[in-house]
Amino acid sequence: MRIPILKLQNYLLISIQIDLDDQSAIQFQEDLLNKIHKSGATGVVIDLTSVDIIDSFIAKVLGDVVTMSDLMGARVVLTGIQPAVAMTLIELGIHMQDVQTALDLEQGLIKLRQELEG
Amino acid sequence: MDFKSCVNIRQEWDIVGARQLGREKAKELGFGTVDQARIATAISELARNIYLYAGTGKVRFEIVDQLDKKGLKIIAIDEGPGIRDVSQVMQDGYSTSGGLGAGLPGVKRLMDFFEIRTEWGEGTEIETIKWVR
Ligand SMILES: Nc1ncnc2c1ncn2[C@@H]1O[C@H](COP(=O)(O)OP(=O)(O)OP(=O)(O)O)[C@@H](O)[C@H]1O
Ligand SMILES: [Mg+2]
Repeated sequence: MRIPILKLQNYLLISIQIDLDDQSAIQFQEDLLNKIHKSGATGVVIDLTSVDIIDSFIAKVLGDVVTMSDLMGARVVLTGIQPAVAMTLIELGIHMQDVQTALDLEQGLIKLRQELEG
Repeated sequence: MDFKSCVNIRQEWDIVGARQLGREKAKELGFGTVDQARIATAISELARNIYLYAGTGKVRFEIVDQLDKKGLKIIAIDEGPGIRDVSQVMQDGYSTSGGLGAGLPGVKRLMDFFEIRTEWGEGTEIETIKWVR
């Protein structure tokens, strides 16, 4: 399954609506990096509102996506992480310290604007 | 209530199938959303380990109904290489596959009961239980 990536001005918006299997997660990572490269986007919002499970593999892929995007010059914000998912991640021992987050897609965009446009 | 069910892990997609079935069972049993997420995550970790390290195996679900408490038991079984040093794989960050090494110690923290039975060269059986609160 392919996750759609939308472009809005300088930003890319992604809303993950499927139960991510490993293959789809890796595919998404590749698609996003290609899209950043092609579009020259400077910011990315990945909305996780509909995601009800993040295990260690998906967490690793998401963390890697943030680091890789950063290397390419695009700032990533994760939004909409459910309370149950946040608790589970911490219990798994995954802290995602270097990852920017916001409550929802809108807040994510505001955060990016503030950071990138001053 | 008494039921048994089982998901065979043969391909990567079965990891998703197993955790979805587990979440359904957890919901039926009356677990709240946070415990449902804990259970689904634990199943995902155990099923992926089977897929990655043993190739194939299965995840079995059982309802444990005792006088004073009720719970969901998850047993992950494979006939893969087994684990040579259990205390080593239970350390946070230990991974032979470039993973985060969060899987097994994480499952132990997410669940109420956790036990590994394994023999080098024979396979691995991991039993874990979450009690309904
Ligand atoms: N079913 C199994 N059979 C054989 N070895 C296993 C099995 N499950 C785990 N292991 C071993 O235990 C190690 C630790 O497993 P654990 O799930 O904690 O971390 P990981 O799978 O390496 O990374 P992560 O789960 O964070 O992505 C694995 O790297 C592997 O060597
Ligand atoms: Mg693992």
